[in-house]
Amino acid sequence: MKYCRIFIAFFFMLFPSLSYTADVHEYTLDNGAKVLVVEEHKAPVATFQIWYRVGSRDEPAGQSGISHLLEHMMFKGTPRYGPSVLSKIVQKNGGTNNAYTTKDYTAYFEILASDRITLATELEADRMRNLLLDQKEFTSEKNVVMEERRLRYEDDPQNSLFEEVVAMALKVHPYQRPVIGWMSDLQSIGRDDLASYYQKYYAPWNTLIIVVGDVESDAIVEKIRASFEDIPAGQPVKKIPFTEPEQRGERRVLLKKEAELPFLVAAYHVPGFPQEDSYALEVLNLILSGGKSSRLYQSLVYEKKVALSASADYSGFYRDPYLFFFFVAASTSADIGDVEDYLNQEIETMRKSLPSEKEIQKAKNQIESSFIMGQDSIYLQAMQYGLFEMLGGWRLMDRYLDGIRKVTGEDVRRVAQKYLREENRTVGILIPQKRDH
Amino acid sequence: MRTFILSVSACILFLAVVTMPADHALAVDVTRTRLPNGLIVLHSENHNLPIVMITLVVKAGQIHEPAEKAGTANLVAELLAEGTINRSSKIISEQVDFIGASLNATAGADFTTISLSILKKDLPVGFEIFSDILLKPTFPESEMTRVKERIKGILKQREEDPSFLAEREFKQVVFGNHPYARLTEGSSSSLDLITREDLKRFHAGYFVPNNAIFSVSGDITSDELGALLSKYLGNWEMKQLPENNSLELETRRIKKVIKINKDLTQANIVLGHLGISRENPDYYAVSVMNYILGGGGFSSRLMQSIRDEKGLAYDVHSFFEALKQAGTFEVGVQTKNESASTAIADIHRQLELIRKEPVSDEELSEAKSYLTGSFRRRLDTNRKIADFLAAVEFYELGGDYVDKYAGYVNAVTKEDILRVARKYIDPDNYVLIVVADQKKVVLEE
Repeated sequence: MKYCRIFIAFFFMLFPSLSYTADVHEYTLDNGAKVLVVEEHKAPVATFQIWYRVGSRDEPAGQSGISHLLEHMMFKGTPRYGPSVLSKIVQKNGGTNNAYTTKDYTAYFEILASDRITLATELEADRMRNLLLDQKEFTSEKNVVMEERRLRYEDDPQNSLFEEVVAMALKVHPYQRPVIGWMSDLQSIGRDDLASYYQKYYAPWNTLIIVVGDVESDAIVEKIRASFEDIPAGQPVKKIPFTEPEQRGERRVLLKKEAELPFLVAAYHVPGFPQEDSYALEVLNLILSGGKSSRLYQSLVYEKKVALSASADYSGFYRDPYLFFFFVAASTSADIGDVEDYLNQEIETMRKSLPSEKEIQKAKNQIESSFIMGQDSIYLQAMQYGLFEMLGGWRLMDRYLDGIRKVTGEDVRRVAQKYLREENRTVGILIPQKRDH
Repeated sequence: MRTFILSVSACILFLAVVTMPADHALAVDVTRTRLPNGLIVLHSENHNLPIVMITLVVKAGQIHEPAEKAGTANLVAELLAEGTINRSSKIISEQVDFIGASLNATAGADFTTISLSILKKDLPVGFEIFSDILLKPTFPESEMTRVKERIKGILKQREEDPSFLAEREFKQVVFGNHPYARLTEGSSSSLDLITREDLKRFHAGYFVPNNAIFSVSGDITSDELGALLSKYLGNWEMKQLPENNSLELETRRIKKVIKINKDLTQANIVLGHLGISRENPDYYAVSVMNYILGGGGFSSRLMQSIRDEKGLAYDVHSFFEALKQAGTFEVGVQTKNESASTAIADIHRQLELIRKEPVSDEELSEAKSYLTGSFRRRLDTNRKIADFLAAVEFYELGGDYVDKYAGYVNAVTKEDILRVARKYIDPDNYVLIVVADQKKVVLEE
C-alpha cells in the first residue's frame, strides 16, 4: 500500500541521542544527489530509501494531492519494468517496498536481504527518470486514490474533523491542504500536470539517498554511482516562502456526521525544529501526553472519566511552523463542553505553574529511551536521518539532543504561555448524528 | 539445528538447558530452558544495543472464559497494571514512564501477552514491576468499574468504524457458539456480569508458570537473566490448571448475506467462512495459495484485478487467520457504494479460478521466494525475535522451525495448491457482510 501519513504520531520514537549516533558515511554525487550510508551489521538486511524534497506544501493551487498521486504512479512502470513490476521484483526477492508522502517530502523505500540491496538502486534510478505515466493507468490509479480518500477521510469522522481543523487553522500556508488532496482537485488533475510535476521535482538536485544495514559503504556507493550518476542534475526549483499571519482570536468549527461519540481537536500555531522553542515544546508534549502517568490521561481519562482517550501531539519536524494538537474522545456519559473545560484547565495549569523536576526528567528519559529503541529497526534509523536531512542535515541530531537536555521547567512554562493561548487556537468538535436505519 | 544438547546451567534455578545451536544465516541464537516450576524460558542474546525486549505468553484467553462472562481474559489483562499489593495504578504508570519503558498486557483469542520494552540499565526495576503486575495484582473494585466503563465506551466508539462492524458480524456468524465468535472485549452486558472474584479466579487459575512462556531478546547474558528470574519470578509456583471444557466447533456450511446500513461513501465488504487451525498440516500449502490469491500485496491476483486493473479499491486482500482451535478465511475490500457488486463479482471470479486451474509456475516460484526470502526480516529486531520465539513455542512448531520453514514452503506443489484451494475455499457457502449506504448498493445475492 502507499500510505499518506497524516497523523505523524510516532515521531517521538525517533529522537537522537549523542551516544548512539552511528558512523555515517556521506557522499555527494556529481549530479548533486546526496547519499548517506550507515553500516549496521547486526542482521543480514538493509534498507534503501530515496527521498525527494517535495510534498503537498509545494503543490500548485487546485492541484492538492498531486505529490501523493505521483507517488502512486511511481509504481505504475517504466519502459523497462512494466506496471507493478517493481514491487513484484522486490517481493520475489523476499523484500518489501513502499512509499509515503508528507507535507514536505516524498519517500520511497525497499527492505531486502543485504546481498540483494543493489536491486533497489537500479529500480529507483530507473523510475527517477523513465516513468511511463500511461494515461490508462493514470485514470485507474486516480480512482484508487479517491477510494483511499474515502477510506481514510470521508468515512472516518475523527479524521474528517482533523482535516477541518487544519484547514481552518491555516489560511495562507499550504500546510492547510491534506496530503491526500481535496476530492475535487483529485478529479481535475490531469496526466500532463503529473508529468510536468515529475519532470520538475524528481531529479538528482532534489534527491537524498539513504542506505542503512548490513552493507559496505564504499561498495554500495559505487553501485549507487553506477546507477544514478548519468542522470542529469535537473534545474533546481526555489521553494516558495509562505508565512501564516498571526492568529488573533479563537476559531471554531463544528462537524455534524454519523458517529457514536463526540470528539474534540484543538490546534495551536507553534514553531518547529531547529527554532529554539521547539525543544521545550517537545518536553511539554510529553508531560501532557507521554504515557498513562501523563497529565491529560491522569486528569481526563483516569480521574474525571470524561474521556476515553486524551492526548497531545507535537512534532517539530516540519519545514515551516505548523501546529500543536490536542485530541480528546469523550466518554459515553460526558458532555463535550465539560471535556473542553477540563482540557483547558490542564492547559491553564501548564501556563501558570512550573512542572516538577521529575516530570521534566521523565520526559527526557522517554525521549532518550524511544530513540535508542528506534535504533533497533534499520527502517526507523534511516527515516530519522532523512528527517534531519530535510531540515538541514543529519548533524542537527546532536544539536537537537543538546536542546532537549537543556530544557528547564521555566522553558516549558514559558512556551505554554507563549503558544497555548486562546487567541492562537482553533477548536473543532464532532457532533454525532444518528440516522434512521 | 537438529541436535539438542543437554547441559546444566550455572543458575540453580535452571534444571536443564536445551541449547539450540544457532543458524548463523539468521543470526538468532536461542536457548530454551524449562525451569523447575514449569516455566519455559527462551533467550536470545544480542548486545548491539543496550535494550531488552520481553514477551510473556500466558495460555489464557477468550477460549478459557464462559460465554456469559465474555471479556474476562481481556479485563484481567487490562487490570494487571491497575493495582498490586505493592503499588497503585498511578505508581505503576509513573515508574514505567519514568524509565521510558513500555509495559503492556493484551488478551487474545488463545492467550494473553505481557510485553516489556526496557533499557538494559533499568532491568532490575523493570523486572520488579513486571513480576509485581504478573504475580500480585489485586483487581481493585474501583479500578475494575472504571475500566469496564471505558471498555464499553471504546466498544461504542468503534462502531464508527465500518471495518469493525463488518468483522464483528463476520466472526459472530462464522463461529456460532464457539468463543472465537465473540469480541475479546466481551459486550456491555457480559462485562456487567463479571465480578472481581471472577478476575481473581481466572488469574489464580491460569497465570501459573507451567502455563506460560517467557521469551527475551536483547542485551542480557544468561547469568544476568538467571539471576533476575530467580529473584523476581523464583517464587512463582507451579499449579494444576483448571479443567477446561473446550467447545466443539460446529462446522456448519451455510450461505448468509448480512447488510448493515450506514451513512458511508464506501461499502466495507467481508466475504469468507471457516478456515484452518494453526496446526493443520496444510498450513504451508494454504499460505502459498493465499499469497497468490490475495495475501501477496501487489503480487496477488485480487490486488492486480480489483486495484491495478479496475481501480476499484485502495485495499483488497485475503487471509487465513489460523488460531489454536480453528480459523477463518476471509476476503476484505472497501469500494465506493456504487461499485460494491462489481467488486464482489470479481472476488467470486478469483475464488473460482484458483479452485479450477493450477497456478502458473511463475506464481508458484514467486510466492515461495517471497515467503522464504522474507523470513529473515521477521527476525531483524529484538522485539520481533522475542515475539517470534514465544509464538513458535506456543504453537509447538519445534526448536528447529527456523531451519525447517523454507523446506515446508518449498515442498508445496501446484497440485497441493489446487487441492487446498478446493478443500478450504467454498464458493457456495460463505458469509458475506456489506456495511454500506444500502440504498446505493445493488447486490446480486
